[in-house]
Amino acid sequence: MDARYQRRKFVNGLSTALSGLAVTIGVAGLVWILATLFIKGLPAMNWAFFTESTPAPGSEGGGMANAIVGSLLIVGLTTVVSTPIGILAGIYLAEFGDRSKVASVTRFVTDIMLSAPSIVIGLFVYALFVTTTKHFSGWTGSVALSLIAVPVVVRTTENMLKLVPGSLREAAFALGMPRWRVSLDVCLRAVQGGVITGVLLAVARIAGETAPLLFTALNNQFFTWNMNEPMANLPVTIFNFAMSPYENWQNLAWGASALIAILVLLLNVLARVVFQSRSKS
Amino acid sequence: MSQHMIETEAAVQAAMKRQAEKSAVFLRQDRIFAGITFSFAALVLLVLFGILVSLMIQAWPAISEFGLSFFYSTTWSPSTGEFGAGIAIWGTLATSLIALLIGVPISFGIAMFLTESCPVWMRRPLGTAIELLAGVPSIIYGFWGLFIFAPLVQEYIQPWMISWLGDPFFAGPPLGLGVFTAGLVLALMIIPFIASVMRDVFETVPAVLKESAYGIGCTRWEVIRNIVLPYTRVGVIGGIMLGLGRALGETMAVTFVIGNANRFALNLFAPGNSIASTLANEFAEADATLHIPALFGLGLILFIITFVVLSASEWLIKQGERKAGGR
Repeated sequence: MDARYQRRKFVNGLSTALSGLAVTIGVAGLVWILATLFIKGLPAMNWAFFTESTPAPGSEGGGMANAIVGSLLIVGLTTVVSTPIGILAGIYLAEFGDRSKVASVTRFVTDIMLSAPSIVIGLFVYALFVTTTKHFSGWTGSVALSLIAVPVVVRTTENMLKLVPGSLREAAFALGMPRWRVSLDVCLRAVQGGVITGVLLAVARIAGETAPLLFTALNNQFFTWNMNEPMANLPVTIFNFAMSPYENWQNLAWGASALIAILVLLLNVLARVVFQSRSKS
Repeated sequence: MSQHMIETEAAVQAAMKRQAEKSAVFLRQDRIFAGITFSFAALVLLVLFGILVSLMIQAWPAISEFGLSFFYSTTWSPSTGEFGAGIAIWGTLATSLIALLIGVPISFGIAMFLTESCPVWMRRPLGTAIELLAGVPSIIYGFWGLFIFAPLVQEYIQPWMISWLGDPFFAGPPLGLGVFTAGLVLALMIIPFIASVMRDVFETVPAVLKESAYGIGCTRWEVIRNIVLPYTRVGVIGGIMLGLGRALGETMAVTFVIGNANRFALNLFAPGNSIASTLANEFAEADATLHIPALFGLGLILFIITFVVLSASEWLIKQGERKAGGR
C-alpha cells in the first residue's frame, strides 16, 4: 500500500514537473526569438534604414524604404478590400444563412482556408492573374493576401455576432426596423470591438506573410508607388537578403525582421486590449 | 359624429397603406442586403474550388507527361526535364512527423499546466505568451533557425545523436541544416496551435467530473489521464491534426533550414526538400514547358493532403465540442 502510494505521488510529481518544463520551453522559445531580433535588428534600424532604398549586392549602406512603402501599400489595400467582404460574409453566416446548407459548407470551407498553406494561395493567384496579364504586380500581391485575410475576418465577425442576444434583435424588429438595419446598426454595432479585433488579427497575420508574395508582388530593387509594377515588400526582401552571402544585406534583413515582429506583436496586443475594453463596456 | 368616424377610418386606411408600402420597401432592401452578404459568402466558397481547378489545369501537362510515376518518382531534375514528387513528399511528411513527435507532448504539457496546475494569476500572461508565439511570422522562425538554431543543433545535438542512435536515420556528418532541423523548427511553430486547442477542450470538462475524481483521492495526473483525456479525446486528436495541417504547408520556416537538395535520403540529417520549399526556391527561375507544371503538380498534391487533414481536424474538433455541449 505504502509503496503504491509513493509511486502514485512520484508519477504525479513527475508529470507536474514535465508540464512545467513544457511551458518553460514554449516561453523560452518566444523570449529567445525576440531577444535575437532585438540584439541583431535594433542596431540596423538607423535613419538610412527608413529613408534609403535597398542597396546593390555587396555595397554598403542603404535601407528598406522601398520595401516598407511597398508593404504598407499592399497590406493597406488588402485591409481596405477584405474588411467589408469579410464582415458582410460573416453577417450572412450569422444573421441570414444561419442553418442553411450553403452557410454550413461556407463555414467549413472558411475554417479550412484559415489554415490552408499560403504558398498554394500564391500559386492560385499566379495562375489566375500573373499568367493572364504576363507580369507581376503589387495588385496581385494584395489579391493573394486578401484570400488569407478574409477568412479571419469572416470567422471573428460570425463568432462575435452569435454572442448578440436574440432579445436585442427582437427589440429592434419590434420597433419596425428592416432586417438589414438591424444587422448593421444594432448587431454589428454591439460587437464592434470584437470585429475590430478580428481585423487587427487579420492584419497581423498578413503583415509577415511571405510565401504568397513570392509569386505575385515579387520584388523590386527600386522605390515605386505604382502598384501595377513588381513591388518591393518586407517579407520577400528579408527572404532574399537573409539567404545572400553579403553581411550588409543580412543586417538589413535582421532590422526588417525586428520591425515586422514588433509590428505584429503590437497588433496582437492591441487586438486583445480593444477586445477587452469594448466587451466590458 | 359619423362623419368624424369615416374621416378617422380613411386616415387609418391611408396610414396602413403607407405602412404596407414601407414594409414592401424594407422587404426589398432586406432581399438585396441578404443577396449581397450571400454573394460574399459564396465568394469564399468559390475560391476553394477555384484553387483546386486552376491547380489541376496548370499541373495537367506534367501529370499527363509522367503519368502516375509523377506522384512517387524520386527524380527531380530540372536540367534533364524529369520530374517526380517523391523527394518533396517524403521531405514534407518527414518534417511534419518530427514536428508532431516533439510538438505534441510539449503542447500537452503546456495545456495540462495551464488548465490544472497553474496558479490563477499566471494563467492569463502565460496563455498570452503562448498565443503570441503563434503570431510570430514564419519567415522570422526561418531566419532565426538558419542563423541561431541550426549552428547549435550542428554543434551539440547532432554529434550526440549520431553516436548514440546512428543508422539509418541519424547518420553523419552533422551539417546543421536538413530535414531534422526543419522538423525541430516546425515543432516550435505548431506548439502554440496545438496547445491552445488542447487547453480549450480541456476546459470543457465539467468541474463536477474532476472534483469527484479528486474527491475519491485521485492525484492530478490520474485526473488528467483517467478523466480529462478520455473525455476530450476527440477534440485533442482534432487539435493534433490542426497542427499537422499547419506543419505540412509551412513554407518559409522550412525553406531556410531544410538545406534544399533534390536527393532522396532516409537519413534525416541530410539536406532535403519539402513541397513548399521546392516551390519557394524554384518557381522564380522555372521554365514554362514542364518545370512550372510540375511545380503546380506539387502544389496540387500539397493542397489535397492538407485539405484532407484539415477537414478531419475540423470534423473532430466539432465532434468534441458537440459532446461537451450535449452533457
